[in-house]
Amino acid sequence: MAGVRIEGLAKAYGDHRVHTGLDLEVVPGQCFTLLGPSGCGKTVLMRLIAGFEAVDAGRILIGERVVADGASGVHVPPDERGIGMVFQDYAVWPHMTVFDNVAYPLRIGRVAAAELAERTRAAVEQVGLAGLEARLPSQLSGGQQQRVALARALVSRPELLLLDEPLNNLDANLREEMRFEIKALQERLGITVLYVTHDQEIALAIADRMAVMDASGRPRQSGTPAELFDRPADDFVFRFLGIANFLEVRRVDGSLRLADGRTPWAGPAPDRPGDRLAVGFRPGDVVASRGGEGLPGVVRRASFLGAQVDYLVEVAGTTIRAAVDSGRAFREGRVLAEGEDCRLAFLGVQWFDAGVLDAGAA
Amino acid sequence: MSAAAPRFGTAQVLFGLAVGILVIFVAVPVLLIFFNAFWVNGAFNVADVLKVLRQKDTYEALLNSLVLASGVTVTGTIVGTFFAWLVTRTDLPFKGAMKVLFLVPFMLPSFIGALAWKMLLSPRSGYINRFFQEVLGFDGPVFDIYTYGGIIGVETMYLFPFVFIQVCGALERMDPTLEESARISGADLFTITRRITIPLVLPSILSGALLIMLYSMAHFGTVAVLGIEAGIYNIPTLIYEKIHQSAGSFDSIRTGTVLATVLVVTAAFILWLQNRVLSRGRYQIIAGKSFRPTELKLRGLRYPLLAFCLAYIAFTIVLPTVTIFLVGGLKTYGLPLAAENFTWGNYRHILFEWQLTRDAIWNSITLGLAAALITMFAGVIISYVIVKMKVRGKGILEFLGMLPFSVPGSVIALGVILAWSGKFGVNLYNTVWIILVAYIARYMAFSLKANSAALEQVHDSLVEAARASGATMWQALRDVVVPLVRPGMLAAFFLIFLPALRELTVSVLLYGPTSRTIGVAIYTLNEDGETVYSAALAGIALVIIVTGEVVIKRFFKTASGS
Ligand SMILES: Nc1ncnc2c1ncn2[C@@H]1O[C@H](COP(=O)(O)OP(=O)(O)OP(=O)(O)O)[C@@H](O)[C@H]1O
Ligand SMILES: [Mg+2]
Repeated sequence: MAGVRIEGLAKAYGDHRVHTGLDLEVVPGQCFTLLGPSGCGKTVLMRLIAGFEAVDAGRILIGERVVADGASGVHVPPDERGIGMVFQDYAVWPHMTVFDNVAYPLRIGRVAAAELAERTRAAVEQVGLAGLEARLPSQLSGGQQQRVALARALVSRPELLLLDEPLNNLDANLREEMRFEIKALQERLGITVLYVTHDQEIALAIADRMAVMDASGRPRQSGTPAELFDRPADDFVFRFLGIANFLEVRRVDGSLRLADGRTPWAGPAPDRPGDRLAVGFRPGDVVASRGGEGLPGVVRRASFLGAQVDYLVEVAGTTIRAAVDSGRAFREGRVLAEGEDCRLAFLGVQWFDAGVLDAGAA
Repeated sequence: MSAAAPRFGTAQVLFGLAVGILVIFVAVPVLLIFFNAFWVNGAFNVADVLKVLRQKDTYEALLNSLVLASGVTVTGTIVGTFFAWLVTRTDLPFKGAMKVLFLVPFMLPSFIGALAWKMLLSPRSGYINRFFQEVLGFDGPVFDIYTYGGIIGVETMYLFPFVFIQVCGALERMDPTLEESARISGADLFTITRRITIPLVLPSILSGALLIMLYSMAHFGTVAVLGIEAGIYNIPTLIYEKIHQSAGSFDSIRTGTVLATVLVVTAAFILWLQNRVLSRGRYQIIAGKSFRPTELKLRGLRYPLLAFCLAYIAFTIVLPTVTIFLVGGLKTYGLPLAAENFTWGNYRHILFEWQLTRDAIWNSITLGLAAALITMFAGVIISYVIVKMKVRGKGILEFLGMLPFSVPGSVIALGVILAWSGKFGVNLYNTVWIILVAYIARYMAFSLKANSAALEQVHDSLVEAARASGATMWQALRDVVVPLVRPGMLAAFFLIFLPALRELTVSVLLYGPTSRTIGVAIYTLNEDGETVYSAALAGIALVIIVTGEVVIKRFFKTASGS
């Protein structure tokens, strides 16, 4: 199994510098997801790894082999890199049937006819398209085309599978199903997967390790999904991995107050010094109840979203979001109405410097 | 597809090939024309060019080209717009069939039409004139086709479809809400047509009109058949005269190159204008989907207008065609069109006995096939590099790729004479090869257009997906690009093969004793007074052309239907 190592990678289009000195390591046999906002250079990175673009500087290694090196001008062509790839726009060939699409890498690899048919059928079955082998792509839905692309990328058992937002165009159910499917396949075949997306849910769900990139293409943090979710290195990562609330907390005469200077902060203590801090938390980390201990707030809006009730709560002049499991809320009679006073307790919080408050507003 | 490595690879080979083809076949001939026009005795010389332009026959030819082209543009635009409106926006009976009939002139060569009209309306021997004199008792000839009006009339019959097609397309795709909203605000149909419809369709009308202008400026056949007798020369016919009469003397070549330069510049200007008109007009009218437009009720005029359309078609298509076949069957030209004067002998002679015409038919078919095949493949390669590849220096290629569109046939022919007559080591003069070389340049634009349109549809990632599947660049081209572009290539093939079959403008400047094409044979036979043979060969050409068109339409229909 081949890992990927990227060292000091740089790529620019004209004077638009997409990547400047990127380092990244993907451990063999793992599923690595790269999460970043739209336009941060995820597709460009994939194309560099696949060999469709030449690096300006830096090196790319697949396994032990240097496939691209800006200094020595090494550039291994895409067909010799031993990769499988699923493109953002599927790139299923419209003039070939499902079977021919999936079988193509084997044909190019001169696999014997019997084995070719067998492996193609297996791959088609793996992605749940059995029975549709004779169809042309124009007779398939977007989701089915995407699965053809996935089967085509898997059929040659590549050492490295590059997936560029392959689940973008699927409906929610199918997306969930496919994401487990990809994960299961990756574990069963033991291949290395590099998966780029801007959807944090998918990223967290399937990654063994992951990295978050900012809009300028700089990786902010890498680690396991749990690490990034639980201990984000900065507010960018925190914001990117889910809905983020921030409240300003000040030290006034040794006690902690909110932005209005009066309301006392009632939650975990700060982990850092400073007179102005920001406390961040997710809607699910807030427990909103009628009366009792905690931060006082007023419910401005309550939306029933099925599994959850979503509240907008005004606390000391700032509006935050809180989510409550609706089943529990119903059982315990804690469903709050709009305009009602409430108390907020916190299951967990992250502390940041107060600067992040302005960044969020901007 | 990116040329990933800065090495010498497939990308560079394709790029080199593309540039090479365009330079050798298109750029060099055109540059040689400019060079010969402006470079005298080792020095750049504009005064001399002006002197050539001031010669009587030169500026008269320029003026004639302008007058004829303007006349044809005006009449063709009126006729084309009127019929387009009739078949899209009124309740004329049999609109579908009428629309097809109005496109028929497009596939008929206009110089054959000119021949037919000469047989009908020439002052001395035209059948219609004779009918008026002998039967109706007129004193002298009533019509004279050897005039500006005659030339403009005949060209109009064959060129109005340029406007017709464009306007039909625009009227059919025009967003109905634009007109409906005017309706709702109380405007009547006349006001809507004048205030909304015409302004919206104007870009298409103009663009079609400019195509007529471009074509007419550079058109040889009709003017050669009808004008020379009365001393009316336009630019292409004067170039022909200069090259043929003086057998390539330096002065006549000079004059030819100066005229050709004027033609290129004018053509480039017209194309530039057309581009501007289109880019300004395109975006607003077209809603993309076809719809049923509001139709004007013709009421009592329905059948009179249908009769008018049918009469127009009978007069402009049926009458000349029938004339050609009848005259082709006459024992001697000038005999009355009576049963005892007809024979199959002319047709038999042309098809089976006479070496000259058999050569011509063979030459046209083989030249058409060869030019179509070569240009089709060259066009794919060039379009591929222009549309798909990111290589350094692509700007040059894009410029070179524009060139074939603005180089008229007689310019190509003259340039090819300058380049391939032995001055640069290769002498193809008087062989079919020189015509082939010229055809490749002449028809490159068609191929580039069809192939780039097809290639635009092939998204880069389809090729990259093949590369990621382990295919080399060549394998990806073979398995993905070529199959997807095949319809475009086929279209290019037929777009070249059919016009090449009936081509005259280029080959008339390049033919030698054994390298006549069908067009040249018809033209020269007519010049030599062999009118019946000329007509018979024209009839055979019409049969070949129409059969070709029909077979190909069928073929494309079944191909796209399955
Ligand atoms: N061939 C190119 N030429 C010029 N600029 C490019 C090219 N390819 C990408 N870019 C630029 O590089 C940046 C990163 O593009 P990229 O496609 O990698 O974004 P992405 O992270 O994949 O976004 P998305 O999530 O929307 O797919 C963008 O600003 C884009 O405009
Ligand atoms: Mg992308």
